Amino acid sequence: MAAGAVPAFLGKPGPTPYHRLNPLTKLVAATSVALAAIILGDVAGPIALLAAGVVLPAVVARSLRALARAALLLTLPLALSILLVNLFFFPGGERVLLRIGPVAATLEGLAFGIEILLRLLAISGAITLFYLTTPVSELVIDLERRGVPARLAHVASASVQTVPAMVERAAAITAAQRARGLDTEGSPWRRLRGLLPLAGPVILGSIAEVEERAMALEARGFTRPGPRTLLWHPADSGWQRAARWSLLAGVVGLAAGRLGGWPG
Amino acid sequence: MLTLDAVWYRYPGADAPTLRGVNLELRDGEVLGLVGANEAGKTTLCLVAAGLAPRTLGGTLQGRVLIDGTDMAALAGHEVVERVGIAFANPATQLSGVNRTVYEEVAFGPANLGLPRLELIERTESALAALRIGPLADRDPARLSGGQQQLVAIAGLLALRPRHLVLDEPTSQLDPAGTRLVAEALARLAADGASILVVEHRTDLLAGIAARVVALDAGRVALEGPADAVLADARLPALGVAEPASVRLARLVAEAGHDPAPIRGLAPSATPVAARAGLESGSPA
Repeated sequence: MAAGAVPAFLGKPGPTPYHRLNPLTKLVAATSVALAAIILGDVAGPIALLAAGVVLPAVVARSLRALARAALLLTLPLALSILLVNLFFFPGGERVLLRIGPVAATLEGLAFGIEILLRLLAISGAITLFYLTTPVSELVIDLERRGVPARLAHVASASVQTVPAMVERAAAITAAQRARGLDTEGSPWRRLRGLLPLAGPVILGSIAEVEERAMALEARGFTRPGPRTLLWHPADSGWQRAARWSLLAGVVGLAAGRLGGWPG
Repeated sequence: MLTLDAVWYRYPGADAPTLRGVNLELRDGEVLGLVGANEAGKTTLCLVAAGLAPRTLGGTLQGRVLIDGTDMAALAGHEVVERVGIAFANPATQLSGVNRTVYEEVAFGPANLGLPRLELIERTESALAALRIGPLADRDPARLSGGQQQLVAIAGLLALRPRHLVLDEPTSQLDPAGTRLVAEALARLAADGASILVVEHRTDLLAGIAARVVALDAGRVALEGPADAVLADARLPALGVAEPASVRLARLVAEAGHDPAPIRGLAPSATPVAARAGLESGSPA
């Protein structure tokens, strides 16, 4: 390693061209797909978005399987309820597909349910793909380099990374309570009752931890005013800058077109 | 020098003060051991000495904490950080939680100070080398063992290069090899002129690194003096502090009617430490 150079593992290029994109480019892409999914109506628009903005990049990033698994886990309960509610309770549905007692499944309800579902998949897929291909710390460094206050960037990052820590804490407390005879299995009611003794230690422990973390950050100069020194930052390029502006312009254009009555 | 001058500290909402009239001098180039039972006020004293109480924690402080003659109350938080560093007992909460590699984690503190990049790299690598954790540099700090995290946390503190260090049970999760590395690093820092306050239950470790030892009892200084004398004091077990193995052995040898002098030169103390030359008993306020 040359004098004054950071080790090669810092800022090591990602495994695929998509991983190697600047974090802000991936963030803008995900945001654009999510916004476009909200703006675009009908079925064709969200399908095209899913294909071009989520599936194709996921294939390039070799993350399609992980993406599908995560998207299913995240959206399946919501997707099912959206489909069922629209299928059976769509207001003004006339073409009946199936009748179960007093409720009827309608074709209009099914079409609307599928449209919402596709939008939901495009939004969750775009966000999930971003998180699968972008370490949060890289985004934080990139934002900091662009002038976003370090405190804001780190608080956002630490909040995201606190979730796994809380899950680990909850698992440890559950194991400890089980070892002392707490029953957390069986019927839903018994499981719910078993959760109550876990809530206190998890929440109070997390609050105490936050206080210690705040002191530790203070003791490491985190609250010092002025810029931090960055060891490295993710690469950026002219074409990526152009792509980001183009995506944002595209979203604004779509919104304007939609407000103007397009596609009719 | 770091000085606590008649310091009383009460936590917010607490009925009674945790520290009661503590007088303490942490001299340049000195390792000062701090011992005491649970709830004696050791961690609180560390937080006060590092400027975190009452600045971050709130509460009420009476008396003065002086850093090299300057009242800590007159300094901004980041000015205190550059002079006094603190490491807590739980390394997991001491990690920033935002860095993906040990290298970046160790660099986090000095990076916050806005140092030139070359100096940041030099300090980081020097701290990693001091604790021989260079091979961990590319690892995720969150995925390390407790002992490794403790070394990373201490390395992060060393990289800040404060003139005064406050270490609250710095070896609580370390194996003997890790403990030895920390002890060696502290000895080097003290030799370079840093003043170091170490809270430690392992009195054997303190016997090896501390020049002086202070024993706290219910927020007051109960014993203070040269490490060998305080750690051999007969009152130490009554203060909830285990005597070092060498002292225990010397006592057993003496009780068996033999001469304990050859055992590391430590004889069990039959008289109160305060009665010995050069020692002072803490006077409760």
